[in-house]
Amino acid sequence: MNQPAVEVVDLVMRYGSITAVDGLNLTVAPGTVTAILGPNGAGKTTTIETCEGFRAPQSGAVRVLGLDPIADSRSLRPRVGVMLQSGGAWSGVRAHEMLRHIASLHAHPLDVDALIERLGMQTYGRTPFRRLSGGQQQRLSLAMAIVGRPELVFLDEPTAGLDPQARHATWDLITELRDSGVTTVLTTHFMDEAETLSDHIHIVDDGTLIASGTVAELSESGAKNTVRFAARAGLDVESLMLALPHDTKVDEVSPGAYVIAGHVDPALLATLSAWCAGQGVLTESVLVERQTLEDRFLELTGKALR
Amino acid sequence: MTLDLFPRPGAAAPAAMLRSQVSMELRLLLRNGEQLLLTLVIPLMLLIAGTHSDKVVDLGVGRPIDIVTPGVLALAIMSTSFTSLAIATGFERRYGVLKRLGASPLPRSGLMLGKIGAIVLVEAAQLVVLCVVARVLGWHPHGGVAAFGWLALLAVLGTAAFGSLALLIAGTLRAEATLAVANLVYVLLLVGGGLIVPLSRYGGAQHALKLLPSGALGQGLRDAFHGTSPGLLPIVVLLVWAAIAGVLAARTFKWE
Repeated sequence: MNQPAVEVVDLVMRYGSITAVDGLNLTVAPGTVTAILGPNGAGKTTTIETCEGFRAPQSGAVRVLGLDPIADSRSLRPRVGVMLQSGGAWSGVRAHEMLRHIASLHAHPLDVDALIERLGMQTYGRTPFRRLSGGQQQRLSLAMAIVGRPELVFLDEPTAGLDPQARHATWDLITELRDSGVTTVLTTHFMDEAETLSDHIHIVDDGTLIASGTVAELSESGAKNTVRFAARAGLDVESLMLALPHDTKVDEVSPGAYVIAGHVDPALLATLSAWCAGQGVLTESVLVERQTLEDRFLELTGKALR
Repeated sequence: MTLDLFPRPGAAAPAAMLRSQVSMELRLLLRNGEQLLLTLVIPLMLLIAGTHSDKVVDLGVGRPIDIVTPGVLALAIMSTSFTSLAIATGFERRYGVLKRLGASPLPRSGLMLGKIGAIVLVEAAQLVVLCVVARVLGWHPHGGVAAFGWLALLAVLGTAAFGSLALLIAGTLRAEATLAVANLVYVLLLVGGGLIVPLSRYGGAQHALKLLPSGALGQGLRDAFHGTSPGLLPIVVLLVWAAIAGVLAARTFKWE
């Protein structure tokens, strides 16, 4: 197997009496988009900043592209693009000037004008950083992360504060980065963003990894999938339940409207169709309601506000 | 326009990075009105006021412009290498600029060299402008070429001492506190630190003031342009301040 792009092993990070990261283990496969999800305070930013070499692991280890982010910082920095959650520019620096400056520190930067056009940054090139809107600052920050043509980029909440147009432009760019072979690690609070973009998702809470997998794996691993179907009223639900796997429940929630709750897979649908055929029943609509990533996230991390 | 995102990482050549960093720092400085006020306008005002300073304060024997000019040169050096550097660095920490650049290929040594480069260029411009204006106002520098040699030497040592102090403050305090302390120290040393007013006017305090970087730099330059050798003392004083503050700054500096 390929060497992981990022490897976090038993990482522990504390601030005073608060343990931000508590024995975290995760890996990022090269060439993928990997999202790290978690409620506020889950330890996402601390983990990412340790991978970026801003903090030394207090316990455990972090390897990035097979190297130590602090000891090998000099050889890693050109290869790794970093988007900070906020700031990162002089208050008086103009947007394009800042981007060109970061580009000038790299040997083979992207075409700055093309990048500006792609991210829709043409209109505020001469605006000082302090007068840019939050979304404009975000786009500049993203541009600074990728302008050096890195192999690996860390994006900390890349679309926070963006309007829908800018969000989609950012998504397109991240997808294109992956197609070009760049590994992307991103944190986000938007579940649709994680669903749309990521090949792999790590859910982190209280500083530990609580779930990991593809979007499909995470959504299917939950028990709350349902099938709704409509047919004539008064079907024999007991008989249907006997036909289905034994932990499956069937209810007629209103006359002619039925809900099957349980592990929904193709076999279950086939059984339902066969049972209906045997009863001479025509189902008028069948709707599979898969649990969304957001449902799964809330199930795993709880609904309490942080 | 097409965007070729295929990875092709690499750091720019060190000289190119440094050039870019120095030019960035200089542009930001020139755009910042308060910094310009500090580095040029205030020293120029003091120089002009200095021609008539005998009507306000007694600076001692001699022509006021000859006494004031070396002090104003010392003030210009302190403004740039201490106050200006401390405030700029404090806000760079606050705004995450140091963090952002810390993630770029620019090494920390490059960041430091960039700052030193910008400071040296600004000071050179300040000293040329101030010397020319002083000359126009009737300044007679004594001590010949040697005096200007002392100016170069003490400017370098003074910058090292004040620059280290600036980084010590900016690397440990919050940006607002740095702003306050840098301005307060500037005013205190300007008035009471032997920077502009000759040490002989301070009575018994002069022996202590000689050991301050401001006293060493100010008096050293006054001696040099009076045609007498400043001796070893100001050199030693500035070196000791630079060494102590430099080591402390290197140990305590927080990048964010």
